[in-house]
Amino acid sequence: MRRRVPLTICLVCGIVMVIQFFVPHPISQTLYNEARRWFIIIASFTLILGLESLTRLHVNRVRRRQSGWGYSIITLVSLVFTAVTGVIWGIGEGSLFMRIYRYIYAPLQATMFSMLAFYMASAAYRSFRARTPEAVLLLVSALFMMFGRVPIGDLVFAHTSEVIEWILQYPSMAVQRGILLGVGLGIIATSLKIILGVERNWLGGT
Amino acid sequence: MLNKILNLPRPWIYLLVALAVAIPLILGWELPVRVTPPVKNLFEEVESTPDSQAVLLSCDYDPSLVPELYPMTVAILRHCLSAKKHILIMSLYPQGVGLAQMALEDVKKEFPNAQEGIDYTFLGFTPGYSMVILGLGEDIHEVFPRDYYGNPIDSLPMMRKIHNFNDINVVITLCGSGIYSTWVVYANTKYRQKVGVGATAVIAPAIYPYLQTGQLVGLLGGLKGASEYEYLVYKKGYSTGRRRACERMGAQTTTHLLIIGMIILCNVLYSIQRRRRRTQ
Amino acid sequence: MITFLIAFFINPPASVQAFDHPNDAGKAIEIRWQLSPQDSLLLTYEIWRASAPEGPFEKVGSSPAGVNNFVDENVPEDRKLYYYKVRGKTKLGDYTEFSEVVAAMSYPQWFNKKVINVLIAVILYSSILIYYINTARRRGEKLFIRRIAGLEALDEAVGRATEMGKPILYVPGLSTITDIATLASLNILARVAKKAAEYETPLIVPNYNPIVMTVAQEVVKQGCMEAGRPDVYSKHQVFFLSDSQFAYASGVTGIMARERPATNLFIGMFFAESLILAEAGNTTGAIQIAGTDAVDQLPFFVVSCDYTIMGEELYAASAYLSREPLLLGSIKGQDIGKLVLLILIIVGSILGLFGVSWVAKLFEV
Repeated sequence: MRRRVPLTICLVCGIVMVIQFFVPHPISQTLYNEARRWFIIIASFTLILGLESLTRLHVNRVRRRQSGWGYSIITLVSLVFTAVTGVIWGIGEGSLFMRIYRYIYAPLQATMFSMLAFYMASAAYRSFRARTPEAVLLLVSALFMMFGRVPIGDLVFAHTSEVIEWILQYPSMAVQRGILLGVGLGIIATSLKIILGVERNWLGGT
Repeated sequence: MLNKILNLPRPWIYLLVALAVAIPLILGWELPVRVTPPVKNLFEEVESTPDSQAVLLSCDYDPSLVPELYPMTVAILRHCLSAKKHILIMSLYPQGVGLAQMALEDVKKEFPNAQEGIDYTFLGFTPGYSMVILGLGEDIHEVFPRDYYGNPIDSLPMMRKIHNFNDINVVITLCGSGIYSTWVVYANTKYRQKVGVGATAVIAPAIYPYLQTGQLVGLLGGLKGASEYEYLVYKKGYSTGRRRACERMGAQTTTHLLIIGMIILCNVLYSIQRRRRRTQ
Repeated sequence: MITFLIAFFINPPASVQAFDHPNDAGKAIEIRWQLSPQDSLLLTYEIWRASAPEGPFEKVGSSPAGVNNFVDENVPEDRKLYYYKVRGKTKLGDYTEFSEVVAAMSYPQWFNKKVINVLIAVILYSSILIYYINTARRRGEKLFIRRIAGLEALDEAVGRATEMGKPILYVPGLSTITDIATLASLNILARVAKKAAEYETPLIVPNYNPIVMTVAQEVVKQGCMEAGRPDVYSKHQVFFLSDSQFAYASGVTGIMARERPATNLFIGMFFAESLILAEAGNTTGAIQIAGTDAVDQLPFFVVSCDYTIMGEELYAASAYLSREPLLLGSIKGQDIGKLVLLILIIVGSILGLFGVSWVAKLFEV
C-alpha cells in the first residue's frame, strides 16, 4: 500500500501529462497550468525545508564546536543579515541589499568562476599524457584548439583559424549531436520506466 | 629530477599561471588580432544597418560572465554610437539590466553627445523570455511602454519609426546559457529576424550548428571573439577607447602557450621515463 | 493633405480570408490577405473585429508590412461568428481603405496535428521498450550489457573509503528533481548508500535543490534500512547547501578540504562549476567517479576524474548495477531505438544528397 499509492499517482500523472502535450484543448491547458502552479508552490515550501536543514546543520556545528565552526557563524550571520536588509529596506536600486549583491556576491561569483583558469592548467598538465592512441588524439586536438584560439596561432600559421572553425563546425558538432541523440532516447526510456513503476529507487523509504 | 617535474606540485603550476596572466597585463602586451568570418559577418551586419532601422542588443548574462561578455557589450555599443546606428538595449534577465547600464555609462563617457531616445534607447528588463521575444515581433511599444528611465516610449523620437522586428536589422544576444536558442526559435524561425550571438567560450562550440544552418548571422566566441570585434571597431576608426578584450588577449596567449608548453614538456619527459623503464 | 492623397491611391489588402486557427485551445482566428501592391509604402496592416457585420469594429492588432497574416488570439467566445476587415497604415500615419468584411468562428481542438510525428515516434519507441521489458520479464534471462568502467568502479570506490576510514562525498548535481539526470543520480545514490551503510562508511550528500534533498534523505534512509543498519543514518549527512551555483561549488570544495573524503562521486547535471569540483577533489587525492549527460562538461570530468560515466550510460546505471531482467530489457529496447534512428539518419543523408528530403521532413515539428 505504501508503495502502491505513490506508484499509482506517478503512473496516472505521467500518462496524463504525456497526453496533455498532444491536446491543445483548454481543459488540457488548465490542467498543465494547475500542475505548474502546484509545482511552484511545493518548490517554494521546500525552500523552507532547505533553510531549516542549512540552519540546523550550522547551529549544530557551532554548538558542538566542530572543526570550522567559526565559518558556520559567518554563514548564519550572513544569511540573517542579508534576509533582514532585503525585508526591511527593500531590494530596489541603491538599497543595501543591492549593494551587497553588487559588491560582495557578484565579485565572489566572478572570482570562483575565474579559478577555472588555474584548475584547467593543473588538470591539463596532469592528464594530457600520450598513454594510449586515444589520449594522443585528445592531446593533439586540445593543443591545436588552444593554439588556434589565441592571436599567435594565426601569426605562426595563417590558416589556423580556418582549421579550428572546421573542427568546431564538423567533427565536434557531429560528436555532440551523437551524444545528445543517445541522451534523448535515454531520457524517454528512463521516464517511461519511472512512470510504469519499473524504476523505483526514487521512492526511497516508502 | 624527472619525477619531480612530472609530479610538479599544484602551487607551482598556479604560480606559473598567475605570472602568465599578470605579466602581460602589467606590461600591456597586445598581439595583432586576426578576424574570423563569424565575427566579421556580425560586424558587417551591424555596419549595414540603415538609418530607418536599429540594432537590438540583449544583455542576457549575469555578473559571473562579465569578464567575457562585458567587453562585447562595450564594443557593440561603441560601434553603434560612433557609426550613428540606432541601438535598443534590453535584457531578458533582471541581473543583465545593471550590467547593460554599467556598459552604457562607460561608453557614454566616450560619446557624451549620445542621447537617450535619439541615438539609443535603454528598454530595461521585462519578464517572460519567449513571450517578450514574441511581443517584440509584434509591437515593441506594447512590450516596453516605457524605457528604463520611465519615459513613455512613444515620446522618444527614435522610437517613432521603430515598432517591431521589421524595423530591427539584427538582434544580438550576449549570453552564457541556452537563451540564444530561444531567440533563434522565436525571433529567427517565426519572424525571419536576423540574430547574432555573443557567447562564452565554453558554450560557443555548441552554437556552431546554428551558424552552419544560417539561423545565426554571426558569433562572438569568448574573449577572442570580443577582441576581434573590438579590433574591427578600432580599425574602422570608430573608437580609440580602451580595448579590454584585446588587452587581455596577451594574457590569454601566454596562458595558453604556458599550458601548451607544459603539456609538451611533460609528454617529452614522460616518453623519456618510459624509455628508461623499458631499457631497465 | 498630400499624405492623405497618397494613402488614397494605395490599394487596400485584398482577398481577405478568416478561419479558425488550427491546433490550439480555441479563441483564436487566423486572418490572411493578399498584400497591397504598394506594400513598400506601408508600415503595418491593421486588423479590425466586430460581433456583427455592420459593426462597431475595434482594432485587435497589426502585422508589419510584408506579412500577410495575423492571428487574433483574443477572440472573446468560441463557436460565435466574428467579422474582420483589414486596412493598411502608411509610414506617415495615414490609412488605406478597408478590405471587404469576412466572418469566421473559433473552436478548440482536441489534438494538435502539428506534432503527430512526435506522437507516432513516442508510440513506436515506447512499444519497443515495453516489448523488450516484457520479454525480459517472461524469459527472466540476464541480457548482455557491455562493461561500463565507471559503474564497475563504484564498489571499489566505496571499499577504498572504508579501508581508509574516510567518508564518501556524493554530489547529486545542480539540477531539480524534474531533470532525468538527477533521478538517475538518485538511483545510484540508493546503491551507494546501501553499500556505505553495510560497511559503516560515513556518507556526505550536500544538495543544491531542497526537493532533491528531501528525496535524497529518503533514498539514503532506505539504503541504510535495506542494509540492516537504520542506526547508521543521520539527517545531518544529507543536507541543503546553497541554490546558488558558485556558492554551492565553494561549499563543496570546502567540505572536500575539511573532511578529506576518500571517494568523490559527481553524478547528475553539472554546469560551469564541474571543473572546480573535480579538480578540488583531485587535490585531496580522492578517487573520483563522475557521471553526467551535460555534453559540454564531459571533457572537464574526463581529465579530472578517474572514471567518467557519459550521457546515456548514466541512465543505464540502475539496470547495470541491479542486473534486473526488467531494467536490462529496457536497455535493449533503447539500443533498438537507437539503431532505428541510425538507419533513418544514414538513409536520410544519402537521399538528401540526391535532393530527396522526405526523411528530413519526418522530423520537422
